Amino acid sequence: MVKVTPFFVEAAWLTVRISFLALVLGLVLACLGAAARLSRHRVWRAIGATYVSLFRGTPALIQLFVLYFGGPQVGIHLDPFAAGVIGLGFNIGAYMTETIRGALLAVERGQAEAARSLGLSRFQALRKVVLPQAARLMIRPLGVNAIALIKGSALVSAISVVELTYTAQRYIGSTYKPFEMFAIAAALYLIIIHITAKAIAWADGRFAVR
Amino acid sequence: MQGLDFSVLSDYWGILLAGAGWTAFLTACAAILAFFGGIGFALASLYAPWIIRLPVRFVAWLFMGTPLLLQLFLIYFGLVQIGIDIPALAAGIIGLGLHFAVYNADVIRAAIVAVDPGQNEGARSLGLSRFQSFRYVVVPQAIRNVVPPLGNNLIALLKESALVSVIGVAELVHASQLAISETFRPFEFYITAAALYYGLNAVLEFGLGRVEKKVEVTR
Repeated sequence: MVKVTPFFVEAAWLTVRISFLALVLGLVLACLGAAARLSRHRVWRAIGATYVSLFRGTPALIQLFVLYFGGPQVGIHLDPFAAGVIGLGFNIGAYMTETIRGALLAVERGQAEAARSLGLSRFQALRKVVLPQAARLMIRPLGVNAIALIKGSALVSAISVVELTYTAQRYIGSTYKPFEMFAIAAALYLIIIHITAKAIAWADGRFAVR
Repeated sequence: MQGLDFSVLSDYWGILLAGAGWTAFLTACAAILAFFGGIGFALASLYAPWIIRLPVRFVAWLFMGTPLLLQLFLIYFGLVQIGIDIPALAAGIIGLGLHFAVYNADVIRAAIVAVDPGQNEGARSLGLSRFQSFRYVVVPQAIRNVVPPLGNNLIALLKESALVSVIGVAELVHASQLAISETFRPFEFYITAAALYYGLNAVLEFGLGRVEKKVEVTR
């Protein structure tokens, strides 16, 4: 058990990196997605809605498989790590699109209307009035998405990224000590998730509506 | 670049649809387990004496803090170590069912706690027993808050059921992999599998919408 621990710690660091990069990609896509879904133009709204529907309506595992195994057939060659980041990022981006959209819609309509009637442009009203209020509302649900993403990152083991679950699976196979291997991997996941949850609670406390 | 050729699908529709059938079946079995398990966990974590309550909460914490995939590996490969050899399908159903039971328990527990304590006190002061008050006053009110989030968990369960392919359950993903191993056409088959999941998901969402409406009306 002591012998394999360093490999698990290394794998945990890969889990952290892949989750973090996917989170950044997901947030960018979610901002674009939410903007598209709330756009005045029907075409943008349709694009946003299609993105959310497709990625929330199918399993993340299949999305990863299409990208990683199917990609080369349509000229997309990715190494497992890149495919993992992109696949997880697009998947969580769809969920986060709905989170951000929900937070923006939760800000009372009168706020934007008042800002507009005071002479602010549509963009200014969004940027200066609606967003600061929505940002506070979205920290906690985005945090829930982020934690789901960390647990979901286990899926990239199926496209042979050597992260925590892959490592656990490998050593379950070679040591025949599944409970011990599970315990090490679970402890590392719990630590990563605990730290993330603490960070979210801190951010939520700092920016929460007072 | 190989290009795409969806005509290869024609020989494999039987396998794919059988796979989709198994996905629906194991989702249904796991959903039933998750539903009753969720009620059990919720009641245990609320009312059981601490000797039961604390272990239940610990297991819930463990299941919520680790990936489902890891839990499936533990149940399928891990239990063999202590002499319990369960077939892949059963391991998949148990793994999915327990995982979502924990999430369902969270929802059910929150819904029970959310019922105003005055309701229970009122019922007790009218002479209902503890059980009667729970059964006839608290539960009917909690049920309304429980339907939409349980529905969301069910939809998540359908999609997460794809994971049991890794322990060799012959569901939709596994069926696609079988076809791919013969044709070397991953894109076509995985996209088709995705479309079948999308269809199953749409049917489920439609059904849940009907149920939610029904609960809504009786309010």
